[in-house]
Amino acid sequence: MSLLKEKPKVLNVGLESFYNDLKAEGADALSIDWSPPGGGVPELVKALERLEGDEYEEANAKAIEAFTSSDPELISMKLAKEAVPALNGMALAHAGPPIEWERMSGPLKGAVIGAIIYEGWANNESEAISLVRSGKVKFMPNHDVGMVGPMAGVISPTMPVFEVADRVHGVEVYTNVNEGVGKVLRYGAYGSEVIHRLNWIRDSLYPALKEAIALHGPVKLKPIMSQALQMGDELHTRNNASTLLFLGEIGPYVKIGGMPQTQYSEIIQFIAKNQLFFLNLSMAAGKAMMDPANGIKNSTVVTTLSRNGTDFGIKVSGLGKKWFTAPAPVPKTLFFPGFKEGDANPDIGDSAIMETNGFGAFASAASPAVAQVVGSSASEAIRITKLMYEITLVKDKSFPIPYVNFEGVPRGIDVRLVVSTSIAPYINTGVAHRLPGIGTVGFGLVQAPMECFINAIKELAG
Amino acid sequence: MAIKVLILRNQYRDSVFLMRINDEVERQEGVNRAAVMMGTDANKDLMKEAGLYVKEVDAAGPNDLVIVVDAENDELGEKALSVAKSMVFKAGEGEKAEEVKHKSVRSAVYDSPDIALVLISTPGEYAYLEAKRSLVLNRHVMVFSSNVPVEKELDLKRYAEKKGLFVMGPDAGTSIINGVGLGFFNVVRDGPVGITGAAGTGIQELSSMLHNLGTGITSAIGTGSNDPKDSIGGITTKMAIRAFGKDERTKVISLVSKPPGKNTMPAILEELEMQGKPSVVLFLGYEGNRSSGKIEFAEDIEDEAIRAYRLATGKHAERYDVTKDQRLRLAIDGLSGDQQYIRGLFSGGTVCYESQLIAKRHGRRVYSNAPLDNELYIGGFDESKKDTFIDMGDEEFVRGVPHPMIDFRFRRERIIKEAKDKEVAVILLDVVLGYGANADPAGELIPAIEKAKEVNSRLVFVASIIGTDMDPQGIAQQEGKLESHGVIVYPSSAAAARAALFVAGRGSL
Repeated sequence: MSLLKEKPKVLNVGLESFYNDLKAEGADALSIDWSPPGGGVPELVKALERLEGDEYEEANAKAIEAFTSSDPELISMKLAKEAVPALNGMALAHAGPPIEWERMSGPLKGAVIGAIIYEGWANNESEAISLVRSGKVKFMPNHDVGMVGPMAGVISPTMPVFEVADRVHGVEVYTNVNEGVGKVLRYGAYGSEVIHRLNWIRDSLYPALKEAIALHGPVKLKPIMSQALQMGDELHTRNNASTLLFLGEIGPYVKIGGMPQTQYSEIIQFIAKNQLFFLNLSMAAGKAMMDPANGIKNSTVVTTLSRNGTDFGIKVSGLGKKWFTAPAPVPKTLFFPGFKEGDANPDIGDSAIMETNGFGAFASAASPAVAQVVGSSASEAIRITKLMYEITLVKDKSFPIPYVNFEGVPRGIDVRLVVSTSIAPYINTGVAHRLPGIGTVGFGLVQAPMECFINAIKELAG
Repeated sequence: MAIKVLILRNQYRDSVFLMRINDEVERQEGVNRAAVMMGTDANKDLMKEAGLYVKEVDAAGPNDLVIVVDAENDELGEKALSVAKSMVFKAGEGEKAEEVKHKSVRSAVYDSPDIALVLISTPGEYAYLEAKRSLVLNRHVMVFSSNVPVEKELDLKRYAEKKGLFVMGPDAGTSIINGVGLGFFNVVRDGPVGITGAAGTGIQELSSMLHNLGTGITSAIGTGSNDPKDSIGGITTKMAIRAFGKDERTKVISLVSKPPGKNTMPAILEELEMQGKPSVVLFLGYEGNRSSGKIEFAEDIEDEAIRAYRLATGKHAERYDVTKDQRLRLAIDGLSGDQQYIRGLFSGGTVCYESQLIAKRHGRRVYSNAPLDNELYIGGFDESKKDTFIDMGDEEFVRGVPHPMIDFRFRRERIIKEAKDKEVAVILLDVVLGYGANADPAGELIPAIEKAKEVNSRLVFVASIIGTDMDPQGIAQQEGKLESHGVIVYPSSAAAARAALFVAGRGSL
């Protein structure tokens, strides 16, 4: 580190003419695309100043160590009430930060109605609504009870859940079973085919899969995710490869004995034909990796990004379990035929845990196909990944992306970098109809609201 | 008349870049005036003063680019706006859509761990943050930016010292680290002299003179103007002295600054003594030091260069003897009876200060916007009185305008103005070459010198030139240009000052 030992390589921050001079004199130099940190807002500059120091470096190094060393495995399946004590009784867990019925968006309300019918607490929509209005149904965010669920993410006591554990840090996370696309509970649909499918998942799929997992033994999830990433998945809106890799792993252990061939085929096809089947497992792995990084004093790493269709919420390691929320934005959507601008609900789901971990939009470069789905080009996908490198602390080589020279995915969103660069995290997402009972309307791209990050750094800076 | 406004949200560009566009827009047909600047409060004030402020600008923030055009009519105004806009975005040309440049020190250092030093030239209010970030990431920093509060400077320097890192600056104009020049600097040979100091132009002149004498430097470490004050206590100066002490190639240590604070001066000298290397010190304007042991004290930069040269090479060099210069004799012969005063118009703060010291030694009281004595203060834009030396790099001149080493407009105007005063005998100038400076300073000055001579053909021009044959402008070319227009040029600011005094004193010094 001695200054006088050799010709220094110089990083230029500010006047571009100094960089040009360095190049002209033949020096080894780089320049950054500088703009006033925090958009030049004095209060934010002050907060950012307070958040620079060795204590923050050390805390973030611990957080990075936690989420990179985590090794999530699929252990077993259970009913939700067995996994989460808080779900005993008339209780429902949902995606995103806490929210009361009155403020819930259409798709979340729809999913709540569906879950109540599924549980048999009411027979129809109007009964379900009056039950909720009576105040008898307790709501809680999945994230606060060790669970995650995509879109509305509603998980009720007798829904089967996967159990994912990270034995390195002693973390357990649960997630529900993905139902497919179209008219499904998680997009707010609750018609009879939705309830019928949920019953089938509980009665046929669950016992068979549970047994298969027990026979196979724990399934390591990181290797599947890493391979899938190199096969064109970004593990959020595209899980085609991961789903098939998972099926290849667990399918041979599904026992035919005692089950008619048609039922066996149904189970295998349900997984094989649902390109998002593995999403829930990616998400549980994502939460299992990030939970050990939460609660480290002075760490500025974002450990949760999540939305409930009304509010967008984040958690930051150094601020523990506290949610920082702002209104959820409406994604820029590529609509399925028959739907149009105005049908889209604001952003919803726990699935942004994927972006929190460096997947989804952060890994856009790995998934040119998704880039097209969300309405842009392959080069735009690479650009988004490169932008996300600007707000994250590491490129995790356990998850290499071929299209950016096998650099790792951008992990460890630093709330300081988000505020300083004014670059909000990008999120790939499914989009629900804003009214209850309808379902999926398309796929989209959205950016997290800056306000959450600004409030978090203000609190961190004290 | 039509005022046209365009606000480009979130399009930060640095002010030098925008000034170029401003200039181009003002050249457009039918454009009276224009303002192309970021929407900071300071810039808004400037627009108000210029009468170019309109209500729409209220909504612009520091990250928004504001373009205001005062044109003959709507059509020409719109045309000028579109020219401005296309120039703003032209900068991004050649970059493919997927190319993302690093936006922060952190990501740049992550991808290029071999970065050793971060050069910071952002507006002052952001410089502390960028510097602290760089230090946290274990990189040396040079802060060119000024207007960093002294308590923040102290915080940076204490933190850096604990980590063994250098903070050069804030307000450090010049450093050369192992041949890599930073900020405003001249291209000089490698050699045995290690330079450190708080005086930017002083370091430029000292390193250039050593080169011109035939030797060179190991490195030059600019400390920033506050470092030797008691508020900072010479943290960087002392670190630099220690580094040169340890550095085997450094045979002579040379220090140049204004006199350090009362408590800091002995600490700096003690540090220097402890290195046991021959050293030359120039505390500009301080007469209280006596050479002892291995430390010699110089009286001006020329003197310092000659001493350091002798210590480094064992060879002697002579000071310029202006009294024997035939050019000056001729100039004196041409003066009219009224001509008796010197007007110094300087781009280098150190040169302005040193020239005042030399004038004082020769019994002249010089008025200045950066005076030796508060009694002699006059504003930079005030009418000159008797002998007046103006530091045109002073804050009042550089608000929203590039440094006078780059932009010569104020100096040109001032030269012509001074020429109209019949009592002026000599206009004394400094011409600084090197990186960071204008590509052709002589070419910038000559039109004004020509005009001044039309006003008063008896006016004498004396200039010092700070630079080397390795500078992009070339010292010989610049000297030649100036001399062909009758300017008497010296490669030493002290010599130029003495020459001016000699002429104004009609042959007595």
